[in-house]
Amino acid sequence: MTAVHTLDARGLLCPLPVIRIQDRVKDLTDGAILEITATDPGVMQDIPAWCRVHGHRVLDCEERADDILVRIEVVRE
Amino acid sequence: MAAQPQSQPTSTRKRAAALISGGLDSMLAAKVVLDQGVDVEGVNFFTGFCVEGHTHAIRRKDRSREKRNNALWVAEQLGIKLHIVDVIDEYKDIVLNPKHGYGANLNPCLDCKIFMVNKALVADVLGRGYDFVITGEVVGQRPKSQRADTMPLIAQESGAGARLLRPLTAHNLPPTLPEREGWVDRDRLYGFHGRDRKPQMALAKSFGFSDYAQPAGGCCFLTDESYAGKLADLWTSRGLRDYDFDDIMLLKVGRHIRPASHYKLIVGREEGENNFLAGYRKRFLHLTTLSHTGPLTLIDGTPDADDLVLAARIAARYSQGRTADEVSVEVHHLSGAIEELRVPPLAPTQLEPAWQLGA
Repeated sequence: MTAVHTLDARGLLCPLPVIRIQDRVKDLTDGAILEITATDPGVMQDIPAWCRVHGHRVLDCEERADDILVRIEVVRE
Repeated sequence: MAAQPQSQPTSTRKRAAALISGGLDSMLAAKVVLDQGVDVEGVNFFTGFCVEGHTHAIRRKDRSREKRNNALWVAEQLGIKLHIVDVIDEYKDIVLNPKHGYGANLNPCLDCKIFMVNKALVADVLGRGYDFVITGEVVGQRPKSQRADTMPLIAQESGAGARLLRPLTAHNLPPTLPEREGWVDRDRLYGFHGRDRKPQMALAKSFGFSDYAQPAGGCCFLTDESYAGKLADLWTSRGLRDYDFDDIMLLKVGRHIRPASHYKLIVGREEGENNFLAGYRKRFLHLTTLSHTGPLTLIDGTPDADDLVLAARIAARYSQGRTADEVSVEVHHLSGAIEELRVPPLAPTQLEPAWQLGA
């Protein structure tokens, strides 16, 4: 069963959501799923960019009525 | 044509931290060393004063513009990892007590560079054990931190010593450890100097980089005269040189108007800023316009009843009722009580220039 973790980054402006994700992902194992909720539209670009740089996988990036949901999968080299 | 990376056996490859701001110089410096077969990782420090991202996120009119974190973008172009480090709290001491003083505004550039080089290499905040550190500094490019006499100071006071390499201007400086040890080839480094950007642009072109950030005022709000003026006003009005994260964020948003030393108004300029300021409603006495569409106005300080009337007139002046005889303004007190004031909007000529901070 894949572990699903959550991170509430609502109210944070970029790059703080990415910094919080970076800190959180350090403790996660390969295959773990992290669901991030955020409000800064900048995360739509920054989280995928950060994932590309570090080799993690973006599963979903969805703009909802009140927030943005991004799901990433941790990939360990 | 860009030089091909010079491969080194993995076991002997040296590891370098490149300070990446998101601008062109740090990008080129990292690329020059990367192409010599060094294992380069990017480090970007978030101080809270970074221009990157914030203002774009807040202001609605900018939302159609592509938002990207330039440091991440640079890392992607170079194919290197980028670690973004939150130094908001630690950085306060640099801003408040810079040993080497400020530049033209409240920019403590020399202390800042010493701090960042130290953090990346000597303090090793990332625990990566880098062999040396790279910056995009160029002798003579900045009046304070990038001078022939101050650059050795950065190496010395950061503790990096000879492990600080400036690839773009290396030929103007004594050989560093990476050069002496042959980890990098000094002949393949550069001797750029001064404020002329043409050599960097030519090098960028040779690498095939055409789309890069060149922020006119640098990457830090502290170099901005308007922002620095508002920060200095904050310290003066409080009688205390201090700030927290919300203070420095709020200085990036809205019109800041101080009619008297004991209070100031922060007036949202458009919907994005009003939405951002709305997040602070529970912590500030604030004004909204009732009879006409208008801004959200936070009040920082301790206004009395007469002050609130003036504040309401100022808020009305920025509403759709600016030419009306009277505008209805709601005063939302911290107690939760709401008071309605009917006021004539302040005429533009009555808004004293001295009240308008950073204008």
